[in-house]
Amino acid sequence: METGAIKNNSSQNQHTYKLEGNTLYLYNSLDFARSGYFVNDMLKRLKNYKSPELIINLAGLAEIDSAGVTAIFYLKRKISAKNIEVRITEASDSVYKKLELFGPDKAKTSFKRDKTTFLEFLGTKLHFFFRFYITEFILLTADVFYWSFHDLFSPKSRRKGEVSNQAVLIGVNATLIVVVMMFIIGLVIALQSSAQLRNFGANIFVVDLTVIAMMAQMGPLITAILVAGRSGSAIAAEIATMKVTAELDALKTMGLNPIRFIVVPKMYGCLCTIPFLTILANVAGIAGGMLAAYLFLDIAPEVFINRMGHSIYNKDIMTGVIKSLVYGSIIVLTGSFFGFRVKEGAEGVGKSTTVAVVVSISLIILADSILGLVFYA
Amino acid sequence: MDLEKILEVTGLSVSFNGKPVLSDISFTVYNEKITVILGGSGSGKTTILKHILGLYPVEPGKISLLGRDIATLDEDEQKRLYLKMGVFYQKGGLLSSLTVGENVALPLEQHTNLPDEIIKEIALQKLSLVNLKDTYHMYPSQLSGGMLKRAALARAIVMDPQMLFCDEPGSGLDPVSLASLDKLITDLKEQLQMSVVMVTHEVSSILRIADRIIFLEDQKVIFEGTISDALASDKESIINFFNKSKGH
Ligand SMILES: Nc1ncnc2c1ncn2[C@@H]1O[C@H](COP(=O)(O)OP(=O)(O)OP(=O)(O)O)[C@@H](O)[C@H]1O
Ligand SMILES: [Mg+2]
Repeated sequence: METGAIKNNSSQNQHTYKLEGNTLYLYNSLDFARSGYFVNDMLKRLKNYKSPELIINLAGLAEIDSAGVTAIFYLKRKISAKNIEVRITEASDSVYKKLELFGPDKAKTSFKRDKTTFLEFLGTKLHFFFRFYITEFILLTADVFYWSFHDLFSPKSRRKGEVSNQAVLIGVNATLIVVVMMFIIGLVIALQSSAQLRNFGANIFVVDLTVIAMMAQMGPLITAILVAGRSGSAIAAEIATMKVTAELDALKTMGLNPIRFIVVPKMYGCLCTIPFLTILANVAGIAGGMLAAYLFLDIAPEVFINRMGHSIYNKDIMTGVIKSLVYGSIIVLTGSFFGFRVKEGAEGVGKSTTVAVVVSISLIILADSILGLVFYA
Repeated sequence: MDLEKILEVTGLSVSFNGKPVLSDISFTVYNEKITVILGGSGSGKTTILKHILGLYPVEPGKISLLGRDIATLDEDEQKRLYLKMGVFYQKGGLLSSLTVGENVALPLEQHTNLPDEIIKEIALQKLSLVNLKDTYHMYPSQLSGGMLKRAALARAIVMDPQMLFCDEPGSGLDPVSLASLDKLITDLKEQLQMSVVMVTHEVSSILRIADRIIFLEDQKVIFEGTISDALASDKESIINFFNKSKGH
């Protein structure tokens, strides 16, 4: 009675299946091109199917491929679920072979996922998060700091030149970008505030503003973000690659502790350089502010420097340094954490690199607000 | 006759994410023999090796290396044990940030207080044992596949280990290089009086160098014994394994 037709580009509308009473006849071929339409259409039509039995007759079917077989068994599963008995009959030898090959017995795994409620889902995710991320991060942190202190007194445990190598990679090589960026930021901040300050005739306060903003906030923060972008990703990529290529296993079986051998020199290299980098950043930012003050508020550099003496406090310099040390540790720790966590495969390396950068920048901003509260509240 | 046991695995079971990979396997490795672990891809050969090397916790089961249960070792004892083992990884495992020479010298540098010159000399000796004397200053990325394998072998033997573990040293090599690698391993074994545990699929290799065979199938050890016993075995999968590869 009802006849399904394939709507494809070819001019002839081949009839490929027909539902008659409780029998579904299939003709010609059921392949990748036709199966999708067939399944969707049949599901729609069988929605109100009432008979206790459905026979799928394959007598007319000459060709079938894996998509066709899977489609038939899919249909069978769906309909059986409504307590309708489904039988597949009269398959030719070649079709039967394909049914055997691609049929459900081959792939015994059930694709059905257990239905979980939203809360359950949330619970498992959170549990996983705390169990694996937080605890492991804390364990790694403890490990790294333990060995960092321990190895301060036993230089033999590191390769010669490794710390200075890392100091160059993480700190020294970042100098140019940090200085240039901070100069621009200093310039822009001073420039934007100059319009407001001029209204109040408070031109000279641009000095205080730039100095405090650079020293206490922008210097350490921007430096850390730039270093995280440059080196956080590099650390994660390096360790992840080592894991994927069994270099970490090799280290362990040579009796070497990967944390001491890889992470600790990076920690030293980073912590030795990042405070200086921050101070340079401060200077560059203030220089930018000075230029803006000269150009837009007619404050001569001598006046600026003179005024600076009143607005620089030791406390700001110290908090800047302390902040930079905290951020430096965060960068090395998150980089290493995501490096060590990588799953096998080159794709995992890229992923852990990205995550390392995002997480370390987020943690830096979080730490920044906490430290801000601690030092200034 | 010196059938001294150096490695004993008892009742080791492993599953990953609930999927069993090894169930209740036991075998023994004897001193100064070349023992080959055989089995299809994914049968858990690398997994066994990693457990023996202490990279995964042994649970349940027991692994004794040189008479010591590896689960009971503290960090120091484990390190000392590692120094008696050389490992050759399926993926090479040379540190890509160091030159070949530095790679080979690394264990010496870290575990001895020999002066640098002697360390360099020993590293060069080992590199010339594997015919790679000229690669001291090259980086691993600059070597060919076969050279990389030999370099990894040089690093594995740099501390004159008592045991050498190799995971598919021959994979990806042409038959000639494979034969020379096999010869290298047998020679080194004689010269350094090592015991060798090796994972490989290469039948030609097995016939050339194996003294003993451990055959894995369906998560179990289905055969353990000498190579001649293996060739005489009437187990179907063993016959198939040797015949199939001989025929083609
Ligand atoms: N870290 C892991 N996490 C999850 N599954 C793993 C892990 N390592 C190995 N497996 C699984 O254990 C099984 C055995 O792996 P293994 O690497 O030991 O095989 P193999 O015998 O060395 O194979 P090949 O000859 O291909 O190297 C595989 O099914 C693999 O998927
Ligand atoms: Mg393997």
